[in-house]
Amino acid sequence: MQVFDLEAEGLRALNSSLHGQAENTNQTHWEVVNPKGSHAIAVGLDAPIEVNVKGSTGYYCAGMNQQATVHVHGSVGPGAAENMMSGMVIVEGDASQYAGATGHGGTLVIKGNASSRCGISMKGIDIIVHGNIGHMSAFMAQSGNLVVCGDAGDALGDSLYEARLFVRGSVKSLGADCVEKEMRPEHIELLSELLIRGGCDAKPEEFKRYGSARGLYNFNIDNAY
Amino acid sequence: MCGIVGLFLKDQSLAPQLGAMLTDMLITMTDRGPDSAGIAIYGSGEDGTVKLTVQSATPEADFATLANDLSAALQGAVAISVVDTHAVLDVPAAELDAARAVLAEIRPTVRVMSQGESLEIYKEVGLPRSVAERFALSSMTGTHGIGHTRMATESAVTTMGAHPFNTGSDQCLVHNGSLSNHNSLRRKLRREGVHIQTENDTEVGAAYLTWKMREGASLGQALEASLDDLDGFFTFVVGTKDGFGVVRDPIACKPAVMAETDQYVAFGSEYRALVNLPGIEEARVWEPEPATVYFWSHDSAPTTHEKAA
Repeated sequence: MQVFDLEAEGLRALNSSLHGQAENTNQTHWEVVNPKGSHAIAVGLDAPIEVNVKGSTGYYCAGMNQQATVHVHGSVGPGAAENMMSGMVIVEGDASQYAGATGHGGTLVIKGNASSRCGISMKGIDIIVHGNIGHMSAFMAQSGNLVVCGDAGDALGDSLYEARLFVRGSVKSLGADCVEKEMRPEHIELLSELLIRGGCDAKPEEFKRYGSARGLYNFNIDNAY
Repeated sequence: MCGIVGLFLKDQSLAPQLGAMLTDMLITMTDRGPDSAGIAIYGSGEDGTVKLTVQSATPEADFATLANDLSAALQGAVAISVVDTHAVLDVPAAELDAARAVLAEIRPTVRVMSQGESLEIYKEVGLPRSVAERFALSSMTGTHGIGHTRMATESAVTTMGAHPFNTGSDQCLVHNGSLSNHNSLRRKLRREGVHIQTENDTEVGAAYLTWKMREGASLGQALEASLDDLDGFFTFVVGTKDGFGVVRDPIACKPAVMAETDQYVAFGSEYRALVNLPGIEEARVWEPEPATVYFWSHDSAPTTHEKAA
């Protein structure tokens, strides 16, 4: 295992070491100590490696991730796992605003709470939150799945496209064009798999599903140019 | 951008380190605001006197005989302690209004940074580290304090545009964000007789709170009302003689992290600002909710009040 002291060696050295790992690298396990809320830790990885960050991070941790598993043993600042393509990001603590924003793929697991705008404009990522999420989450979400074991804040799923939202607790309010939908067997099956992947012991039957009513202007073909 | 830090001590044995802890937090927030920096610190005051913290661009000329000149014009002696471009004047409480009037007359270019029994505000243009060194912030003692690093958006980079802003006696405000209705609100407040010195948006926010409280609102009520009347983005941290409060606008784009232990309550724009505080590993760390007024006081239990939508 490679141990990297971020305070001593600096961010640029860390990220360039991680970027330097080839597809078939033998250095598959990394540990980052003394993150101390630093920004942009383990951003832009593209190799099947596992990075354990021992503490809390600042902005944009594990952004643009491909293939790698980034496991944060603390909380993350704004924009964690932003625009992730594949791989897995696990946060043991809480996540600040816009976690998983614009993600195209991969899995983001947040074991604490996520703040506002979680999964904003998500495009295929799966996000599993063990706690609550804040307001304006999944705004303009296009594809992928958002699972919330706790409660959701105001304006959930505003201007939603095809993403699926599963919430176990209460929803403070739904955003424009977001509606509760029937939980059919295929959704239970999908949610079961997501809960296992996210390490949640919640039962899929306890969740409600929300999605787009497809009633906004852009869903009407007569408005197409 | 802009960075905010705040520290409220529950354990007064840390009071001698308050300045050092706040300075470390402030310097960590340099990336968020390299233009100017400032700090409001609540220390001990003497009964019967009020502190006027004043600033001058030519401190040697302005401050040399200032205490004597003021004492000669007032009932009772005025003491002065000069710190770089700032000076703290200890004025007999009964003579406060007269002292401000005399000061404006005999030293028209000297600016009042703050007024209060325990509050002192120090702020200047420059990197946070150099501002902290000029005023020896790290050696200051106090019960609580607030700091700000500025990246200017709405008005010029000047001493008077730096934060914190003194809103009323022993009250101060720092702001991360930008207010979009500050011009119309400034006109309205000036019609109401509120004194506003600059074109800065945050000063209007501060003046708004002063006006609300003058009209009978408590600080908590004034902060709640700000959620209706101020348009724009803001995370505010306010200081009062006995504590400090936090409020974020309903959209809550501007970051905020809080940490609490048995010894203190701390605020930072980012977690980075908090990492060197004692016992931070075991602290309860959380993000304050939008449109919710939080307040911690040395005199009463902490309060959290979510504004009804």
